[in-house]
Amino acid sequence: MFLRQWGTHRKKSFGKNSMKFFHILSLARKEFLALMRDKRSRIIIIVPPILQLFIFGFAATYDLNDVPVAIFNEDNGGASRELLARIDGSPHFSILYQINSDDEVAPLIDERKVLLVIRPGQRFSADLQRGDPAPLQLIIDGRNSNTAMIALNYLRSVVLDFNREWQYEHGQTGPPVKLEIRTWYNKNLQSQWFIVPGIVGSLMLVVTLLVTALSVAREREQGTFDQLLVTPLRPVEILIGKAIPGIVIGLLEATLIIVLMVWFFDIPLRGSIPALYLGILLFLIATVGVGLMISSICVTQQQAILGAFLFIVPAVILSGFTTPIANMPEMVQWLTYLDPLRYFLVIVRGVTLEGDGFVLLFHQFWPMALIGVVTLILAGWLFRHRMY
Amino acid sequence: MDNPVLSFRNVRQVFSQGERTLCALDNLNFNIAPGQVTGLIGPDGAGKTTLMRLACGLLRPESGEIRVLDLDVIAEPQAVQSAVGYMPQRFGLYEDLSVQENLDLYAELQGLPQEKRSTRYSELMHMTGLAAFTTRLAGQLSGGMKQKLGLACALLRAPRLLLLDEPTVGVDPVSRRELWAIVYRQVQEQGMSVLLSTAYLDEAERCNEVLLLHQGRLSGQGPPSEFSASVQGRIFQVSAAGISHRRLQARLSQVSNVLDAMVEGKTVRLIMKQAGQPTVKEWLPGFDDVRIKPVAPRFEDAFVARLKNRHDSVTAMDGLNLRMDSHDEKEVVIRVHKLVRRFGEFIAVNNVSFDVRRGEIFGLLGANGAGKTTTFRMLCGLLPASAGELSVAGLDLHVARAEARRHIGYMAQKFSLYGDLSVMQNLHFFASAYGLRHRHRDEQVKWAIDTFDLADYREANARDLPSGFKQRLSFAAALMHEPEILFLDEPTSGVDPLARREFWARTNALAEAGVTVLVTTHFMEEANYCDRLLIMAEGAVLAEGTPDEMKMRARTADNADPTMEDAFIQLIEQCEQSGEDKGIKA
Repeated sequence: MFLRQWGTHRKKSFGKNSMKFFHILSLARKEFLALMRDKRSRIIIIVPPILQLFIFGFAATYDLNDVPVAIFNEDNGGASRELLARIDGSPHFSILYQINSDDEVAPLIDERKVLLVIRPGQRFSADLQRGDPAPLQLIIDGRNSNTAMIALNYLRSVVLDFNREWQYEHGQTGPPVKLEIRTWYNKNLQSQWFIVPGIVGSLMLVVTLLVTALSVAREREQGTFDQLLVTPLRPVEILIGKAIPGIVIGLLEATLIIVLMVWFFDIPLRGSIPALYLGILLFLIATVGVGLMISSICVTQQQAILGAFLFIVPAVILSGFTTPIANMPEMVQWLTYLDPLRYFLVIVRGVTLEGDGFVLLFHQFWPMALIGVVTLILAGWLFRHRMY
Repeated sequence: MDNPVLSFRNVRQVFSQGERTLCALDNLNFNIAPGQVTGLIGPDGAGKTTLMRLACGLLRPESGEIRVLDLDVIAEPQAVQSAVGYMPQRFGLYEDLSVQENLDLYAELQGLPQEKRSTRYSELMHMTGLAAFTTRLAGQLSGGMKQKLGLACALLRAPRLLLLDEPTVGVDPVSRRELWAIVYRQVQEQGMSVLLSTAYLDEAERCNEVLLLHQGRLSGQGPPSEFSASVQGRIFQVSAAGISHRRLQARLSQVSNVLDAMVEGKTVRLIMKQAGQPTVKEWLPGFDDVRIKPVAPRFEDAFVARLKNRHDSVTAMDGLNLRMDSHDEKEVVIRVHKLVRRFGEFIAVNNVSFDVRRGEIFGLLGANGAGKTTTFRMLCGLLPASAGELSVAGLDLHVARAEARRHIGYMAQKFSLYGDLSVMQNLHFFASAYGLRHRHRDEQVKWAIDTFDLADYREANARDLPSGFKQRLSFAAALMHEPEILFLDEPTSGVDPLARREFWARTNALAEAGVTVLVTTHFMEEANYCDRLLIMAEGAVLAEGTPDEMKMRARTADNADPTMEDAFIQLIEQCEQSGEDKGIKA
């Protein structure tokens, strides 16, 4: 009868008491397999981010196009016709209604058929001909103040141009100061240029945070985490093994989104790409740290998802993605220093629009590294101490 | 004979999820007679719950005909549901409502007339012993009390047919006995018919009639005595001087006309292929002092005899012939001294002490909530102790460096390998996690595949394995690094009795080779496989000793051969009588 010597493999495998690279490698391999062999998680990593990039990239814009306008023209002169032709020719406005009485104004605005009603008075052309100021009445729907302001600005610049040319053609002198505007970095002031790089950061945040936040919680829920903790794997090894897939997936995702950003949205990539990737890496480390910390606090996947969103929503709002940090109350501004997305957005926008390199971005790099180190240490500690 | 209260005709039920299809019930035919308790017996996954749900119209069968109380279930599920009482496995008690509020709610849902309520309530509360707890929140009741409240809710309207789906799972033996008493009172006083499912084979003997379900098929129907009678004269108890009971078991299971050999205390229980006194000399040459005594068959013997015929390949000992360096059997490997674990105010483990010696199989027994899993987790280093000392191979694993964990193997209560990874990937991962590399790793993975007969499932996802194979895979993953101490937390719950036997045969072989095994279980009968036991209740030690010692203490004039469960119940009663809260030490 063949007798097997029990225990020899255990003895042979005893090694040095140090962190083992192959431990981390086999853990990372296992994480990838677990993620990629599940069809649903495969889809979740790839499809929604790309869809969101396109949806938000095209939908989230401050630019107004084809604002519906009604004209109530009581003037018969050429001046008003010329002005209205300019408005109609602008891509921002489209004239939908010509009305002839006061009563028609209110229903159009109330029913949101038009955003503004432009009303040149009876004496509009006559006043202009005489060189007198000619009032132009404007009725605007202020229910969405933001939209109203933007539409008003567009109209102002049309009127300004009209005035200048009128004065030039009629030999009148214009106002003493004339603005000569050169917009740097985004010469046509396209808001897509501002928003799409921001989406890159937000999408990376969502994907990596979810991947890592679910990783430990899933194992706790399924009981595999105990099985992992009773092996000779050390918490540091487990931590790094869990962080690697998040970072690798985040890097691939970031590359994909940046390629799409340059190709589809024609956003320039003027700065140093290595600097951008250093930023991406540090941002991912910080995000993975937060994700693993959330994950090690939570017992179920449901808690982990809630926890992730409790972080994601304020992180996006406080990052300066849509509203300037400078406008926030001072206390809240301090809070933004804890938000890795805040730094990363400066880097992405810096590299794409400004053409920044390592030196200029240095003060964005180190806070993210610090956030990453602190959260990873906390997560590792929580692995062993949050166990029931 | 009266009309059957429940009848199935050619019933078939298939579940499919994605590409996988599972035939839960295959062409089932049976009748259940009124006015008796019928037991639906079978391991997990046999189709018991599916059958229950079909019987009360919660599922529609793929094909076939079901009649309940002369109603067609498929045509009139509503009528059936208002005529039968059904208590699912996890009865929907509202944990934030009191006992009384739960009763009111179910009385309302079942449309019990207001004037009948108060008498019915007091009857039921008296019967279940919950009268003193009507204001307590249901969430704060013990497991056994919750089940009794669930049963009371299902009985509010005194249905003619009562369907109980595993009412005794995770309930301590005392509450289990009480639940059975309540069920029998309903049958005797109200003439109710009861269909009760259970995975505990010993409960079969309490039923008037048994339906034995295995892998979706009916493999027998009849009174339990009929089942046992089929193996009459084939069951023997063997003991021999000069050979350890485990070696004896291993030898006997190799003998050609022995169907099954199982360790029972210090003896071996045999099921022979044919009736007739076995001859000893041929099996055990060189041993003179061999005693063989015929014993009365149990239901489990009949179950094994019935099913093992078809599973001739189960020769679990092959490939697990182990040898270890010479070891001292007196050496204490696990020492626990005055161990305490508190969770806030609640004391989960209270002053527990015990020692486990090398090569011993040590059992931690107790109902749910007795504190055995908490003790177990502290020993594995998964939970810090609040007070007291513990050492495993001389170390406290919670603070020892990671390498110390190489000495132990761990198998969790529920399947806890990676479901999305294949069998091979799981084995590779756990081999690497235990520091096995290159050639060693490949050797050990191959050993695991061969020993546990997993070759056909190499590339299958662990999640999709049948339950017996899941258990084998977990066991293999815990053994590849050849640990000297093995922690097994309820390793056999939900596994069918044949897989359980196979598992114990392997565990025996390991113990024989000097591996120390600490195992928790709530199957009282499984205690027979252990060398020594610790019975816990409410966090404290109730008793410690060998299985024979425990049973000896419960021996009385009218019960000459008490079971482990009798012993347990007696211990609890003694403990309650003496009013001690610290427990009795052996």
